[in-house]
Amino acid sequence: MQVDLQHVMKLARVELSAEEQALLGPQLGQILGYIDQLRKVDVSGVEPTAHAVPLVNVMRADEVQPSLPHAEAMRNAPAQRAGLFVVPPVLE
Amino acid sequence: MEYEPAIGLETHVQLKTRSKMWCGCANEFGAPPNTNVCPVCLGMPGVLPVANEEGLRKTVLAGLLFGCEIPPRAKFDRKNYFYPDVPKNYQVTQYDQPSTRAGHLDFEFEGRVTRVRITRAHLEEDVGKNNHFETHSGVDFNRAGVPLLEIVSEPDITSPAMAFEYLNALKEVLIQGGISDCDMEKGMVRCDVNVSVRPRGASELGAKIEIKNLNSFSAARRALEYEIRRQQGVVAQGGRLAQETRRWIDDAGVTELMRSKEEAHDYRYFPEPDLMPMEPGAAWLESVGRGMVELPLARKQRLMQDFQLPASDAQTLATDPALGDYFEKAACGAKAPKAIANWIINNLRAQLAHSGATLALVRFAPGAIAELAGLVDSGKISSKIAQEVFLEMFATGDAPGAIVDRKGLAQVSDTGAIEKLCDEAIAAHPKSAADYRAGNVNALNFLKGQVMKASRGKANPGLAGEILDRKLKA
Ligand SMILES: [Zn+2]
Repeated sequence: MQVDLQHVMKLARVELSAEEQALLGPQLGQILGYIDQLRKVDVSGVEPTAHAVPLVNVMRADEVQPSLPHAEAMRNAPAQRAGLFVVPPVLE
Repeated sequence: MEYEPAIGLETHVQLKTRSKMWCGCANEFGAPPNTNVCPVCLGMPGVLPVANEEGLRKTVLAGLLFGCEIPPRAKFDRKNYFYPDVPKNYQVTQYDQPSTRAGHLDFEFEGRVTRVRITRAHLEEDVGKNNHFETHSGVDFNRAGVPLLEIVSEPDITSPAMAFEYLNALKEVLIQGGISDCDMEKGMVRCDVNVSVRPRGASELGAKIEIKNLNSFSAARRALEYEIRRQQGVVAQGGRLAQETRRWIDDAGVTELMRSKEEAHDYRYFPEPDLMPMEPGAAWLESVGRGMVELPLARKQRLMQDFQLPASDAQTLATDPALGDYFEKAACGAKAPKAIANWIINNLRAQLAHSGATLALVRFAPGAIAELAGLVDSGKISSKIAQEVFLEMFATGDAPGAIVDRKGLAQVSDTGAIEKLCDEAIAAHPKSAADYRAGNVNALNFLKGQVMKASRGKANPGLAGEILDRKLKA
């Protein structure tokens, strides 16, 4: 199965070398081809489902619980400033 | 050829809940950055979101207020995109099975009731907030995961002014329904607009152009005014418009291209595996429906119908539900509801504003206003004295009748007493008396003023005028 690898790379924000593209492109195609076999199954009598678990209406009461201490929340941040997570400049 | 616009709006409002949509962090504006955050709303791996029932209730209640269908089943989906304010790299939303669909909003525009169809109102989550520094940006995730209602209209809106009124009416319904505080300053309401132009009368819509970055209703109106002129200019010169997203630059008053159709985002929606679908069911819907309120427009129309109020009074009372309730209690069964509306809208509101009190703290019952209006209507007190009685009522909470008796404020309609005051006024001001006899009508008003003053405002002014006139013409 043919894959638009450039598009997938863009969506996933992944950069691949020419060699990697030559290797991964066909592999991705094979995976999708494998999944694509599902199309052959006759599902005309089957209800569409979004979940494997037959559960609905899982809800909690609207109650405030403690949040993380600020320092704890920031612990993984490679850079911070004024209590904010620092990221590359946002253009949009 | 004349080209007319077709406008659709996507309005996002933050729901009024105590906690966020999928975690227990506070839904609170103005906290120090990244203090209302936890592993769930920071998008840490291995966490499990659980839906806040209040967010779902408010979503469905909004749908009921807009007369929407409530489908028997709704589900959540992931909308995938990379952006620093989206910690999970997807936003949870309702894609193909929203909680509400196919409703409408009626509102007054240019003196007529206008209807805009609402395609859907669905539940999603807010994202974090970017702060811009010189060379980088900083993200605050306090807002990430706050429940957000997206209300999508059909392209039924035909002018920027109509879009503006739609937004105001929408906000009013959401505030009165307790769905959202809609505080613009706190960014609780944001909107995107879709606008296209087509030859007048054409049934097919032109290329849809979306405008982002609209921070206020007036910005939406200005952006639409600009964009419609721009689009009309393009087609007038034989140009073609293509689907694209533009950005409103408020300072410059222009829109500029953000991305074309080719660059449009590919969101790859798929069902959110961590959240179970919602099946409202009759009992749950019934309990949500108990939160229904009368829509402001319906109330305005009813107040005009039932109490013969002018539109402006009815509008004032419909915009302030507590004041409207107060009026209805006061005016129930009253002979002259308009007078009661005047007391409430003018005097009561002024005193509340002056004293900083709220309606709940008013010391007299609504019926006291009706009693006061009745005292004026029956001629027991003059309208001038009534102002004094009202201030005393506001200060003490005493009944108007009791105040009139206690302070001896009853209007004097006793002819004998007024005759005496008239004689005294004529004797004290012979020149005015002569002027009136010579045909100067104003002279009578002066003499009447003297009688009123001598009676400390209690004389029946009509009667005083009649008696003076009779005596001077005799
Ligand atoms: Zn949280």
